[in-house]
Amino acid sequence: METFDPTELPELLKLYYRRLFPYSQYYRWLNYGGVIKNYFQHREFSFTLKDDIYIRYQSFNNQSDLEKEMQKMNPYKIDIGAVYSHRPNQHNTVKLGAFQAQEKELVFDIDMTDYDDVRRCCSSADICPKCWTLMTMAIRIIDRALEEDFGFKHRLWVYSGRRGVHCWVCDESVRKLSSAVRSGIVEYLSLVKGGQDVKKKVHLSEKIHPFIRKSINIINKYFEDYALVNQDILENKESWDKILALVPETIRDELQQNFQKSHSSLQRWEHLKKAASKCQNNIKNDKCGPWLEWEIMLQYCFPRLDINVSKGINHLLKSPFSVHPKTGRISVPIDLHKLDEFDPFTVPTISFICHELDAISTNEDKKENEAESDIKHRTRDYKKTSLAPYVKVFECFLENLDKSRKGELLKKSDLQKDF
Amino acid sequence: MEFTGKLRRMPWLAVLKSVENLGVSYVKGTEQYQSKLENELRKLKFSYRESLEDEYEPRRRDHISHFILRLAYCQSEDLRRWFIQQEMDLLRFRFGILPKDKIQDFLKDSHLQFEAISDKEKTLREKEIIASSPNFIGVKLEQESIYKIPFADALDLFRGRKVYLEDGFAYVPLKDIVAIILNEFRAKLSKALALTARSLPAVQSDERLQPLLNHLSHSYTGQDYSTQGNVGKISLDQIDSLSTKSFPPCMRQLHKALRENHHLRHGGRMQYGLFLKGIGLTLEQALQFWKQEFIKGKMDPDKFDKGYSYNIRHSFGKEGRRTDYTPFSCLKIILSNPPSHGDYHGCPFRHSDPELLKQKLQSYKISPGGISQILDLVKGTHYQVACQKYFEMIHNVDDCGFSLNHPNQFFCESQRILNGGKDIKKEPIQPETSQPKPSIQKTKDASSALASLNSSMEMDMKELEDYFNE
Repeated sequence: METFDPTELPELLKLYYRRLFPYSQYYRWLNYGGVIKNYFQHREFSFTLKDDIYIRYQSFNNQSDLEKEMQKMNPYKIDIGAVYSHRPNQHNTVKLGAFQAQEKELVFDIDMTDYDDVRRCCSSADICPKCWTLMTMAIRIIDRALEEDFGFKHRLWVYSGRRGVHCWVCDESVRKLSSAVRSGIVEYLSLVKGGQDVKKKVHLSEKIHPFIRKSINIINKYFEDYALVNQDILENKESWDKILALVPETIRDELQQNFQKSHSSLQRWEHLKKAASKCQNNIKNDKCGPWLEWEIMLQYCFPRLDINVSKGINHLLKSPFSVHPKTGRISVPIDLHKLDEFDPFTVPTISFICHELDAISTNEDKKENEAESDIKHRTRDYKKTSLAPYVKVFECFLENLDKSRKGELLKKSDLQKDF
Repeated sequence: MEFTGKLRRMPWLAVLKSVENLGVSYVKGTEQYQSKLENELRKLKFSYRESLEDEYEPRRRDHISHFILRLAYCQSEDLRRWFIQQEMDLLRFRFGILPKDKIQDFLKDSHLQFEAISDKEKTLREKEIIASSPNFIGVKLEQESIYKIPFADALDLFRGRKVYLEDGFAYVPLKDIVAIILNEFRAKLSKALALTARSLPAVQSDERLQPLLNHLSHSYTGQDYSTQGNVGKISLDQIDSLSTKSFPPCMRQLHKALRENHHLRHGGRMQYGLFLKGIGLTLEQALQFWKQEFIKGKMDPDKFDKGYSYNIRHSFGKEGRRTDYTPFSCLKIILSNPPSHGDYHGCPFRHSDPELLKQKLQSYKISPGGISQILDLVKGTHYQVACQKYFEMIHNVDDCGFSLNHPNQFFCESQRILNGGKDIKKEPIQPETSQPKPSIQKTKDASSALASLNSSMEMDMKELEDYFNE
């Protein structure tokens, strides 16, 4: 990978927005089949320009308008907001109180910094292959629930470009959900509670809800490799003391001794499991719930969501295919079929794909004739770069949306007996 | 006036008042509560069971009453909240006695998208449903009805993971469905009341409805204590001691303020003055009482005669329209004319800052346990029950034996206890109806409550007729 130099952004972005950004797929997404009048035209976008100039309430008439504006303004960042009652770029002309956010996809933002208390390898904006598994587990757990529990069909997972992932749930009914229901969904998906001042962040009651049980099943698949090998959470006294703080006092001393005698996190974890099951069979000990082992696993591995991102209908979130100004990486869709193989460090940066394009173009110029239209040129361009597979994932997602839409229309016309 | 004959909205209001009283005195949902409520409703001839063909007329009447009450109760936050709360409690009760086979019909009629799932579906998900519901502990699902509803309709359940979700549907046991139905009901009624309030100006300008509506929301369905059954039995020098022994806190504080400041503003004079009339002060006594006090406040006697005595005579019905004003009921005191700075009227449980109320109760030598019970009741907006508690504390009884609705009722009940049964109780006002002499039973007894209910209903109708005949 070419190293990315932020100072090159203006030039790189110019090329990116001219030749690589997948406008037609992007428009196909946000237009949602054109079934609702002005759905695209009432959508808010916000741009962050050079020198941190931030402009809200951008809106566009159609794909071509969108292209022209993006190429003109060369935004460093693009955010997508809600579909409003009026064109956002005319919101100042609307009577006070009449300009309302009406619909938006249900979105989730999972950020690695929220796990700083439980990952030993990195902190803050840094990530590495050892902690990336947290994202993998989070995606599996959340995606399963969104699909199987809530029945949501159109879920797009996107790499944020630096330290996390986003999810866009695009079902028609979901876009209409109220803020209260969105909050409720986040609550349903939340298990880790408490900030810095709280030591034990997960408490399970006697009854285990199927959502929790299924989530633990997922974590089980990754736990040994992730926590006991890579993170080595019981490696030394400093690290295992943190875990002993989560178990009842009555078993701590014995565990300390056993930990000291053991040689690996794996061995120590076995001790902990034994002590936990002994403890829960024993007394009506208030502090010792029946699921100690799971509570620790969940605290170390379960997804942490930011409720504020999900509950507001007018919340703005980074757009897929936007560029991350610090890392240069493109916010690319993630292929869930290949989730375990996803490596954020192999996601193409803008400099990389621009160089790829340059190299190809120089070769092709020799073969191309001048009459080729610009558009055809462009639609083939991204295909020849490392961006291609990610656009394919996006297109798959769009196909499914189309299929659903056609299905719905057929159903409706059947009901109305239209022929 | 032809429509006074249709004043059958009163039964509905009486129904809601019963619901309220019982709801505070008994734990909702217990057998005691259910049976007491059934009794009350039966006596009020309220058709609370599910629809039967021959009940069309009564049900139609009750529907109309409900909507009239909406008009009356949409006007303020307090009123709306009260109305919605009682309606919800009533709905919960009626749903609770609905036979199982009628539940599905009810859901269909209410256009609620709730379907009970088949036994096969139940068995498939048995483990998950049991694991999801806090209510099911070691239970078999055969007996239970499970309803499949869109997840968004079960927000309060799924957000706390208290229900099983599958493919966008929540599998809700019957017990929890009630909560959902009530929520739906509350949301709809709340919206309807807001809408009603907006269209109220148009409705209110209809003169046929105006007095009815104004009257309704402050309406009180019990005795009105306006009769002079025990006139002249109180002497002025008894009042100080009576104020600490037998006055409810609202009047106790008014009396104290009057003695200390030698003055009371209009709101206080009305509320206290009419109360005194109700306990038996004659006009002459009242004039003397107020004048004595005001003069201590350096008021000129002539000024008193010119300004204040007219008003006192007026409130006794000796001037102007010559309406014999009735002492204010608790509801009226709580809901109208809230006191501002410098006022001493109103209901201390409703209008006093909790800290101040606590101090007041401490100065009345109420025990800390009693005070905290009272404050809890106040927090739950059960002002009259809090006052009942005060009654119990100062008379040292476990159960006051009545449902408090009126300050003069407080006084009567207090006197009855202190005088060992020989009370200065009043007769209900109805020369024309043949009422049996009120027994010395506790007023909680349903039949006497009903008797006073009926009498005041007659009273209200008569008042309104008079009003319209003027």
